Amino acid sequence: MQDRLNQLQEEALLQIEAASSLKELQDVRVAYLGKKGPITEVLRGMGKLSEEERPLVGALANEVRGKIAERLQEKQVLLEAEAVQKKLAEESIDVTLPGRPVPQGNDHPLTRIVQEIEDLFIGLGYTVEEGPEVETDYYNFEALNLPKDHPARDMQDSFYITEETLMRTQTSPVQARTMEKHKGKGPIKIICPGKVYRRDNDDATHSHQFMQIEGLVVDENIRMSDLKGTLEVFAKKIFGADRKIRLRPSFFPFTEPSVEMDVSCKICGGDGCSVCKGTGWIEILGAGMVHPNVLRMSGFDPEKYSGFAFGMGPERIAMLKYGVDDIRHFYTNDVRFLKQFSPVDSSTEK
Amino acid sequence: MLVSYKWLQSFVDLGNITPEELAEKITKSGIEVEGIEQKSTTMKNIVVGHVLEKETHPNADKLNKCLVDLGEGEPVQIICGAPNVAAGQKVVVAKPGARLPGNIKIKKSKIRGEESNGMICSLQELGFEGKVVPKDYAEGIYVLPSDAIAGSDALELLNLNDAILELGLTPNRADCMSMYGVAYETAAILGKSVQIPKSNYTSSNEKTSDYISVTVEATADNPLYTAKVIKNVKIGPSPLWLQTRLMNAGIRPHNNVVDITNFILLEYGQPLHAFDYDRFGSKEIVVRRAKVGEKLTTLDDVERELSSDHLVITNGSEPVALAGVMGGANSEVQNDTTTILLESAYFTGAVVRKASKDHGLRSEASSRYEKGIDPKRIHLAAERAAALIAELAGGEVLDGLVEFDQLVTEPISIAIELSKVNQFLGTELSLDDVASILQRLQFPYQLDGEKISVSIPTRRWDLQIAEDMYEEIARIYGYDNLPTTLPKGEQTAGGLTAYQKKRRIVREVLEGAGVNQAITYSLTSKEKVSQFALTKAEPVELAMPMSEEHGVLRLSLIPHLLDAVSYNRARKNENVSLFEIGSVFLSNGAGVLPKESEHLAGALTGLYINHPWQAQKVVVDFYTVKGILEQLFKKLQLDTMIRYEKAEYEGMHPGQTANILLNDQVVGYVGKIHPSVEKQYDVKNVYVFELMLDELLHTNVPPLAYTMIPRFPSMTRDIALIVENGTTAGELEEIIRTAGGKLLKEAKVFDVYEGDKVEAGKKSVAFTLTYFDPSRTLTDEEVGKAHEKILTALKDRARAELRQ
Repeated sequence: MQDRLNQLQEEALLQIEAASSLKELQDVRVAYLGKKGPITEVLRGMGKLSEEERPLVGALANEVRGKIAERLQEKQVLLEAEAVQKKLAEESIDVTLPGRPVPQGNDHPLTRIVQEIEDLFIGLGYTVEEGPEVETDYYNFEALNLPKDHPARDMQDSFYITEETLMRTQTSPVQARTMEKHKGKGPIKIICPGKVYRRDNDDATHSHQFMQIEGLVVDENIRMSDLKGTLEVFAKKIFGADRKIRLRPSFFPFTEPSVEMDVSCKICGGDGCSVCKGTGWIEILGAGMVHPNVLRMSGFDPEKYSGFAFGMGPERIAMLKYGVDDIRHFYTNDVRFLKQFSPVDSSTEK
Repeated sequence: MLVSYKWLQSFVDLGNITPEELAEKITKSGIEVEGIEQKSTTMKNIVVGHVLEKETHPNADKLNKCLVDLGEGEPVQIICGAPNVAAGQKVVVAKPGARLPGNIKIKKSKIRGEESNGMICSLQELGFEGKVVPKDYAEGIYVLPSDAIAGSDALELLNLNDAILELGLTPNRADCMSMYGVAYETAAILGKSVQIPKSNYTSSNEKTSDYISVTVEATADNPLYTAKVIKNVKIGPSPLWLQTRLMNAGIRPHNNVVDITNFILLEYGQPLHAFDYDRFGSKEIVVRRAKVGEKLTTLDDVERELSSDHLVITNGSEPVALAGVMGGANSEVQNDTTTILLESAYFTGAVVRKASKDHGLRSEASSRYEKGIDPKRIHLAAERAAALIAELAGGEVLDGLVEFDQLVTEPISIAIELSKVNQFLGTELSLDDVASILQRLQFPYQLDGEKISVSIPTRRWDLQIAEDMYEEIARIYGYDNLPTTLPKGEQTAGGLTAYQKKRRIVREVLEGAGVNQAITYSLTSKEKVSQFALTKAEPVELAMPMSEEHGVLRLSLIPHLLDAVSYNRARKNENVSLFEIGSVFLSNGAGVLPKESEHLAGALTGLYINHPWQAQKVVVDFYTVKGILEQLFKKLQLDTMIRYEKAEYEGMHPGQTANILLNDQVVGYVGKIHPSVEKQYDVKNVYVFELMLDELLHTNVPPLAYTMIPRFPSMTRDIALIVENGTTAGELEEIIRTAGGKLLKEAKVFDVYEGDKVEAGKKSVAFTLTYFDPSRTLTDEEVGKAHEKILTALKDRARAELRQ
């Protein structure tokens, strides 16, 4: 009987070895360890054995059983792992095929510029003020020290609706309105973005409608050096920390002194190139100390208060920053143009 | 203003400063130098030639064969096409090897079989603009004075080696519309003095007043008028130095007398006018407003009809000049003129501006009067012009002048204080610093401790108030030298308003849904303005539009978004999703500001999602757009206040358009555009929406608060209902909601079916109903009860049957 058991063990181990699937392995298990299997049969026949032989055969039978069960378990783990491997192999895909597109739109480039400037000045304690696009002659001109026959009105030919109302030619009327609302009491720190309109034929550099963004600070003891410092912060944040600024005297009826600010040319670094017309500088914005007449007209005492204002064109800034060559692109809304302004911009990092 | 470096040098010692360095200094301290031109830098090898012989080219009637002495070796043969070339002339010759503007190189060549050793040049070929070339030489070569030396440098002779600085003058710096003004500016910047040329002539015994008298009737327009008479002049070309001064300043030379008046205009900024005394028509000058309908033919040979807004110089009976703008043809100085009547006057800016505008006539004179002139130079200019006429045209200046003078010039003095200067600029200047700046500006001043009283010369009529002086001090001190600081006062909290924050969120939601922001024009055409308007209103019209296309203010954003879709489609961009945030303008009546309402609109067409290799394409339809809006309303916490209702709009598909109601008020619509509009814009299958954004964003919504995560399970029941085709899902949902009571948490459509499997004229709509109580687990019985109630209500109110 011992021989029979040893033979069974040998056979079983061979069959376990040969099993190539979990199903075959199960068959082997049933065949050898099942209730009708040969080992059970051997055990059943133990009655015929002598007292001395019985425990020996019993022990051997249990040992054989244990050995087979152990091998079965080992083989099962192996086959299971193989099955998983096979399934994974079958599930393999071409990872280089393109993914499913997720619809994603983005801000218009001018909005992007405006928001960048808004956020910069919000960080400096400014609020954002807006006003009507159709204005009275008073707020658009007179309150800004541009009386009816002022020669500087020639500088900005306007779209009049009636004699007293027009499409605003600048966002400055928002400044006048805000100052009026403050009833002669500072501080005021505002930034005013918006659309403005002038009688220009649309071409690569002109547009009858465009954007402006202006800033205004009115408080006691505002100095011209504060204007210079503020503009320097602006230029470095918007154009990059390595850029230099230059102020030049200029003229606007609503500021005195008036200045224009140039930023050193990014392309040539200030040596002079075709972009900066050989000067090394690029004109960015107009600014100045608020004219005492403007303060007075809006209810502020120029003896006590002073202020500065600055204004710029987001189109120009976008054109310089991104190299856009035609202002009309901003208003034709070609999706191939608009979609270019989705990614992050590293130009002001550093 | 074009400023000659050489000319400026005659007023101010420029030392070793190059034109470029000077330009940089001028720009930094106040006047932008927009360009520097030195024509000679683009030219070389250009000399004076003496035409010894001229004959017609043997093989070409229109060409001339000239023998020209170039002052070295044998005379050379040059072929010249100019009709005015003649033997004996001194001309400008570009020798072989010469270079001309436009990078033209001159070589020895053969023209129609004849050798040509260079080119005889016109002024245009030397880089002068056609409009400044004297009329006599406009069609041919330029002829130099006979004393020009053959072989000498023609560029030097023609002042082409002068550097011309182009000043971009702001309206306040009209003082620099003269060399005199630029000289003072330059002297202040460089810390130098100014030399003003002296006028010397010997007067004749005859008195001006025996020849002419002056009467001014319009004294407000013309407070000062002076006239001088110069007789026995000989009209002829001006000397070359004078002609080149004018051409370099952009003015065409005419004859010696006219050129001198223009020269003085450039030098002093004082416009002068020379009349032919014998053609003047009387012995009296009368200055008055024109009569209505009165006519005057100006020097440009245009007959102009005048009105009482215009000031004229008359001879007592008829106009002879439009004051301050242009002279009349009837009294023009001509070649046979012998006696000159020279006007130097003060006309007010307003009256000149009006005439210049009405007649579309801007002259060197009018632009100066409009911006103001220095009253102190009116007499000086007349005297200097008279002296030059005597010198260059051989004239005899009559004794004295005639004048009308009621001009009052108040001396202007500005009081400033050192502490205020420093406070305003943020500087720490000393009294000495400020005083030295005032000295450089040549402004007289008086000191009283730290108080400074500055007397403003009449040449700087732009300076009126203390701030003007702060600017003068700052710019001469140098803006580069100003410190940089930030405002010190009370700290303010910056930020956006609630409205502005929400508007940014609106953009984020739409962009997150794949829609790109567009910006279009606010001005549109009358034809497009009413289509798509949410609010019917009379459009606001421009008084003088530049084009039909941009004549009225928009009432809807959709027309221009459709233009953008159409523009894209024409460029093969078929998949377009755009939105815009912008104002529409609702009239409040003439002369009153319109109501500006901020709207949000969108236009979507083509594929919303395109994933070809998995054959996954989502074409934009009504529900794509509605889905995006639902997402937006959820984000704005408005979703429970919003409902949709079928609607009709001009330009919209009547079967696929819905009004959007916020708390039962229409705030917008969404839908497909009408086929006729598709045709009009050349687009296909475009879905649009427009919303009154301001209404949405100004609606009060509850503060955001946390709701507990449910601890008890919910139960769902699906029902499929057979209803009439016309019954909407919205109606069914409304019935379910009202009947469902507190336990019903959600009713969601999960299937809609119309077809063979249901009766004709009917459809099946299936809902998933979710029941839930936050405080406990619901029993089947309770849910069954609520469910029954819903089914009964559906049956009663919508005749809905459960689908078997």
